Amino acid sequence: MSKVLADLKYTKSHEWIKSASDGSVTIGITDHAQEALGDIVFVEVPQPGRKLAAGEACAVVESVKAASDIYSPVAGEVLEGNTGLSDAPEKINADPYGNWILRLKPSNPAELKALLDAKAYEQVLKDEA
Amino acid sequence: MVDFGGWDMPVNYGSQIEEHHAVRRDAGMFDVSHMTVVDLEGPKTREFLRMLLANDVDKLRIPGKALYSCMLNEQGGIIDDLIVYFLRDDWFRMVVNAATHDKDMAWIGEQAQAFDVQISERDLAMIAVQGPKARERAVQALPPDARTAALALKPFMALKFGGFFIARTGYTGEDGFEIMLPPGQATALWQALIEQGVVPCGLGARDTLRLEAAMNLYGQDMDENVTPLESGLDWTIAWEPAERAFIGRYALEAQRDAGIKRKIVGLVLEDKGVMRSHQKVMANGAGEGEITSGTFSPTLERSIALARVPVNTGDSVQVDIRGKPVKARVVKPPFVRNGKILIK
Repeated sequence: MSKVLADLKYTKSHEWIKSASDGSVTIGITDHAQEALGDIVFVEVPQPGRKLAAGEACAVVESVKAASDIYSPVAGEVLEGNTGLSDAPEKINADPYGNWILRLKPSNPAELKALLDAKAYEQVLKDEA
Repeated sequence: MVDFGGWDMPVNYGSQIEEHHAVRRDAGMFDVSHMTVVDLEGPKTREFLRMLLANDVDKLRIPGKALYSCMLNEQGGIIDDLIVYFLRDDWFRMVVNAATHDKDMAWIGEQAQAFDVQISERDLAMIAVQGPKARERAVQALPPDARTAALALKPFMALKFGGFFIARTGYTGEDGFEIMLPPGQATALWQALIEQGVVPCGLGARDTLRLEAAMNLYGQDMDENVTPLESGLDWTIAWEPAERAFIGRYALEAQRDAGIKRKIVGLVLEDKGVMRSHQKVMANGAGEGEITSGTFSPTLERSIALARVPVNTGDSVQVDIRGKPVKARVVKPPFVRNGKILIK
């Protein structure tokens, strides 16, 4: 079973979300996602200031196998994209939870409550298997 | 694991990029037991194959010598590509693709009738060991008495040793062997090769390696709707002697005389992104084409592709990647051979 961290939130599309004390969130892809994608070769991150709707495609993770869109779990404004990934996108394969893709300021913090907790995400993985 | 032509095969064992590098730098191996091994026997086998294949088996005079050829239909369309080995005057062996098995066997069987050639499919496993250190590592896993002869094999030559059939051929652009053997012995050989330091590699690495080497993949870079002349395989057609009426000859001659309209070129993407099959290629005034095979090249660290484009396409094109036109440089394939980057 792929790794799921207890203190993060998740989406059905295999993104993880970490909330910071200042209200911002950090978003990446899960262990399951990086394993399914295979060797990641390019990452496209959004520009700061971009406004996103919940569910909007906001980044692209491209592996040798396929290009995969990353969807914003909640509505908000992009604070920062992890441009450090361009030199070594394979860092996401090696450590998917330690390498974030974007940081977001949610416009409606209540939306965060609807995200999956670790147990619910584990169930998603079991159901998909 | 994925279904590949009806066979359960691994895409990768670990990182497919690491597997790719292992083959370019040292030695990797592929379980290619899905390939079809067919023996053709009888006094008229040579004559039959000279009619069946676009390349000429008359070039094969030394037992064990092999060549690569297309097998065409009457319209010059490619039914399959294959390697054929000359073993004895009344015995040739062909290795054809797995996905085309049924079609190939039906076609060969039908064409062979007039020549009284016996066609026998062999139940053999096959392990391809590829890379600059492949041969030296592989022979340590073979029966000791076979080692000297195996190491002495020249490129595109094969030998039989007991139940083993060892050929110095491959689909990666590196040196190495393709070893055919009884299925019951395959696991032991695989284990022995692992002990010699050979890295197991899956379909993912197989694809990036063969594409860097600009080796066509049947069903993707070519099919029955295109001829070898439109597939970068002019060199596999033996036009001489002019009297050799191989199947598809007349259609090819007509196409050649009328002027080829499309060709295969190599493409290199300088920017981020990965080119993939079927993406549209805009050839700046020459018209439009299509990516036949695209991938990320671990050796070049950028995307490469083979594309079928109008014959007067220039130095650069644009590729429609997920809705955006991205510039790609046109190059003459292959991209990489024997560990060396060949394109500028």
